[in-house]
Amino acid sequence: MSSLSDPPAELFRLSQLINDTRYRSITFQFIALILLIVAMAYLGLNLVQNLTAAGLNISYGFLGEPSGYDINQTLVDYTSQSTHWRAAVVGVLNTLLVAVLGCIMATIIGVFVGVLRLSNNWLVRKLMSIYVEIFRNVPVLIWILIIFFVMTASMPGPRSFRGEDASASMVLDSIAFTSQGVFTPGVVGGFGAGLLLLVVIASIIGVVAYGRHVKKKLFDEGKVLPGWPRFVILFAPALLVYAAISVTVGASKHNLVVATDLVQPGVSLSAFSDAAIEGKFRPVYCLVEGATESATAKAAWLNTSAMDMRNPGGLKMKTEYFASQDAAKAGFDAGECNMISLPAGDATAAAAASDTPAVALSDQIRNGAPLALDQTYLGNFRFTDGITVRGSLIALWFALSIYTAAFIAENVRAGILAVSKGQTEAAASLGLRPGRIMNLVVLPQALRVIIPPLISQYLNLTKNSSLAIAVGYMDLTGTLGGITLNQTGRAIECVLLLMLFYLTISLAISALMNVYNNAVKLKER
Amino acid sequence: MSDTHAQTVAYVRDTMLPQQTPPASQTGVVHWMRENLFKGWFNTILTLLAVLVIYRLLSGALPWFLGGIWTTDSLAECRDILQGATGGCFSVLTERWNQLLFGFKYPPDQYWRLILAFVLLGGAAAPVLFNHLPRKMLYITMLYPFVAFWLIWGGTIIAPLMALAGFVAGYMAFKKVEYQSFAMGALAFVVAAAVAWFIGGFIANAAGGFLALEPVASRDMGGFMLNMILGVVCVSLSLPIGIVLALGRQSDMPIIKWICVLFIEFIRGVPLITLLFVANVVLAYFLPPGTSFDLIIRVIIMITAFSSAYIAEVIRGGLAALPRGQYEAADSLGLDYAQATRLIIMPQALKISIPGIVNVAVGLFKDTTLVSVISMFDLVGMIRGPILASTEWNGVYWELWGFAVFLFFIVCYSISQYSQWLERQLQTDHH
Amino acid sequence: MNCGVTTGLVGFAAPDANGNWDGFDVGVCRAVAAAVLGDPTAVEFVPTTGKTRFTALASGEIDLLARNTTWTFSRDVDLKFEFVGINYYDGQGFMVPKDLGVSSAKELDGATVCIQTGTTTELNLADFFRKNNISYEPVPIETNAEAQPLYLEGACDVYTTDASGLAATRAAFENPGDHVVLPEIISKEPLGPLVRHGDNDWADVSRWVLNALIAAEELGVTSANIDELMAGTDNPEINRLLGTEGNLGEMLGLEADWAANAIKVGGNYGELFEKNIGENTPIGLSRGLNAQWTDGGLLYSPPFR
Repeated sequence: MSSLSDPPAELFRLSQLINDTRYRSITFQFIALILLIVAMAYLGLNLVQNLTAAGLNISYGFLGEPSGYDINQTLVDYTSQSTHWRAAVVGVLNTLLVAVLGCIMATIIGVFVGVLRLSNNWLVRKLMSIYVEIFRNVPVLIWILIIFFVMTASMPGPRSFRGEDASASMVLDSIAFTSQGVFTPGVVGGFGAGLLLLVVIASIIGVVAYGRHVKKKLFDEGKVLPGWPRFVILFAPALLVYAAISVTVGASKHNLVVATDLVQPGVSLSAFSDAAIEGKFRPVYCLVEGATESATAKAAWLNTSAMDMRNPGGLKMKTEYFASQDAAKAGFDAGECNMISLPAGDATAAAAASDTPAVALSDQIRNGAPLALDQTYLGNFRFTDGITVRGSLIALWFALSIYTAAFIAENVRAGILAVSKGQTEAAASLGLRPGRIMNLVVLPQALRVIIPPLISQYLNLTKNSSLAIAVGYMDLTGTLGGITLNQTGRAIECVLLLMLFYLTISLAISALMNVYNNAVKLKER
Repeated sequence: MSDTHAQTVAYVRDTMLPQQTPPASQTGVVHWMRENLFKGWFNTILTLLAVLVIYRLLSGALPWFLGGIWTTDSLAECRDILQGATGGCFSVLTERWNQLLFGFKYPPDQYWRLILAFVLLGGAAAPVLFNHLPRKMLYITMLYPFVAFWLIWGGTIIAPLMALAGFVAGYMAFKKVEYQSFAMGALAFVVAAAVAWFIGGFIANAAGGFLALEPVASRDMGGFMLNMILGVVCVSLSLPIGIVLALGRQSDMPIIKWICVLFIEFIRGVPLITLLFVANVVLAYFLPPGTSFDLIIRVIIMITAFSSAYIAEVIRGGLAALPRGQYEAADSLGLDYAQATRLIIMPQALKISIPGIVNVAVGLFKDTTLVSVISMFDLVGMIRGPILASTEWNGVYWELWGFAVFLFFIVCYSISQYSQWLERQLQTDHH
Repeated sequence: MNCGVTTGLVGFAAPDANGNWDGFDVGVCRAVAAAVLGDPTAVEFVPTTGKTRFTALASGEIDLLARNTTWTFSRDVDLKFEFVGINYYDGQGFMVPKDLGVSSAKELDGATVCIQTGTTTELNLADFFRKNNISYEPVPIETNAEAQPLYLEGACDVYTTDASGLAATRAAFENPGDHVVLPEIISKEPLGPLVRHGDNDWADVSRWVLNALIAAEELGVTSANIDELMAGTDNPEINRLLGTEGNLGEMLGLEADWAANAIKVGGNYGELFEKNIGENTPIGLSRGLNAQWTDGGLLYSPPFR
């Protein structure tokens, strides 16, 4: 310790290191640093010793090897032959998905409840405070598990949808609530969907521009312009474009071609459907990925045969997807499927030219609009196609939302209460109407109080989403911190990467919060 | 004056009129309902909606609860009795209550020890929570950890007594040397305590059977008791660590400050579950070869680290809220850093921080359920594992989860109500 | 001695209502404890999941892992463990509800499959479906206990794990008859106890306790007649096994009657099998591949000499 400094000998005594404030802080820091280094070295040494004893090493090479396992919810392409790294990316995206969905829903519920907690209505006020107290005083893990069990135990299994006297049925004939999750139609964007998107974006810009114009008029000339043109600007162009494309391109027709010698050429769809059921025909449908005409044709077939799909011994349809119409046709010719929809002109010729016996049905199916619904249907075991919202996602999403919403509601309430009544009264005495008081006076001040805790609630929600592992949702803790860790045995590496990811997210959110805080800070002179 | 006036002026009334009752619409239930439930069409709709929600909830839950069966041995039996009628099979609770509360490996004839420890916890916590209780009761609090350890884990009472003796010896040494400087005092504390523990270890080993209760291994703890143990132990341990971290973060010494900042921000940035993974699958690699801690000890280490980071942030808030003058006043009295912190700063900062600390404690207590993910049988783990998987109770969800919700709600709600009460107490102090 | 077991799989390792562990894997642990320490109760059972078992063993938290663990190349070589033998020859199978009308695993196209994560089953499953070019939806589950309600409520159509595990799981159902195990066995799953690399003496002890149980059945030594046989027999192999002849125990660094102690706990391999998972138990597994080599099975203990 005496080597620390070399002051004149007659002036420096050793006890000064402890008693003299000039040196004391250096002494303490030095001790702290030494202790830290010793502790680190001790842990590191243990690690090295343990690893050598076990013959292991630290290496991230496993990330490049094929994972060998499948994941049910993948937002990017992934198969069991993809690498562990790819599996981790899938996990990250799933984490972000549930976090974003959860934050949106938690905000909506939280604001709603927070405002209602201040309502004049005694009953509503009490009801909302019961909600807040119950949800924030019980662990979120229990809520996740409860909702998961509600999903699995009280919803009908897919089997209940089958059979003549099915005990369950799809809502609106298109949405199925099952114990495996919720299955809804997806949206397919066909020809003209890009144009439609551009028009919608332009409309939104137009609405914003109109809003600016209204404000300018109000401030400069005191004129109040009406609000309805906003809606016109937003919806009219899109509707026009949609209709225009539907009547032009969408007017062309398709025929359904089926590979079977069970029926005469030119029979109708419903007659074929009956024949198919009688002949125990198993429809395998070749479809084109992301094509509206495919989705429309499938919907027409499903609507015709819908009842029979549920027959226990009857039809169990299957769909095969191809990248293009040509590929689908090649698949049809190769016998990968026995149904395909082709443009009306080519259908008969194609049917005649096919190696296997094939006929074109008489019904013509419209080509479709820029957007079409991709119907979900009951396949062999479960619902397929469309959008699948699995029970694990729903459980995690809802539970995180309602749990976090209870906290957000309290933040919102506190934020609104923080704006003193004098502000409202002053605004009212200026002649502002209640709506404007809220928008121009109360909200801007309340938001300043609400948003910082709101963001830390978002952060909590994101961190809590790691409880996904309890319900088998494949987020990052499920892939990298779960299966990859188990299969490779690389515990240290996986847990380190896992922590790094969450740390990055929280630091990013904290940085965002600081930026916001600086932006809304009271500008003091 | 007014009297004379009244006598002289005939038209001035000299008696009070009897009070008239307010109009029916301005009083009683009707007025209250009009004001609070049916003010305007919007409120009316809201009220009706709320009534509908309440009706739906009650009409679902009440028959289920009232028609419940409490005395069967399995779900099948219970469903036989119900014959399709609405009713819960609460017999899972009457049959498995001990597993839910105490885990399935704690010897049933020793449950009294746990119940006694729980009751004593109330006595020990009371003087900390309520300021107006006699300060002497704090001795109970100080003795509690040792008694509770003895009650819960069993073994000879000598071991916890020796641990206590270590602390006492340390404290006495500290008092002896304190006048020199706080640092020297702390050093003396450590040395004296270490010596006492070293000697005590021999004594405890030698007197193995003295007042011994049947020992129970840590891994046999389970059920709601495990949640309680984890919650209480980790919060109590993390308080001193949190104080040190908060002081470190406020410190002028850059190295110490940055160590604290890094630790706090790291811990706050990662979810608890990853720290539990560390406890479960990684921590063992960092221990000296040949040693192995129980999983429960490793979990306590990680949860304590977790909660101390959060408590440190709460206390930092309390420190920041103290007016600058307090620090300056302490300096001007000639107090050194340790004295100023101990006598002036901390008492005030802690007082401000208590509601925040209680919130952290509630959050932490709820988070102890996460240990079920790493195959520990706490309340949630018991429900998901042994009970729901057993042949008898396969499929009882609402009753079990309802019970779990009930237990956690009771504990957390009462703590948060206490915290709110305390906040109000603290507010009135300022007026 | 600390022994890693499952968190609860009836027949293999599960705590009863009083928290006492019982089962086939538990029997192996107790036999090792009896051989080494002379006391079958001197075992702490540490429940492990698919995720925690290897770390627990590698870090020394447990000394022996007897948790239906499949002997694979990478576990033996890359994870640095020492499998001491095979106590159950198993294979991965599928269980489906009867009313689904499925009779072969190849008909499972599009099914939702519950799998225990962290096991080889996950990888076998991916391989099987890829090889047969059919699709499926995996539902990863942490423990057997959590899989049961999901499967029963129809959240997955199929449950897959080792055939023995399927039988044990089905036995715990209210109506086991409503579920069928499909005929396909899609993998080889030799299950066995394992220890850490490095301590070869300990590995030897564990290996030969297991072999002693198997050899005892082959030689007709049971828990019933063992005391009688200990008095001395004409069969030198039995004598060596039971320590009345030769010094095998000494070579292992144990008492002479180490194997006898191990066998006395729960009987020989056959007795353990019949008591815990055999045909007269609710699990009802037949010996199949797990019969002695003399009966056409695969059990074949190296000679005791």
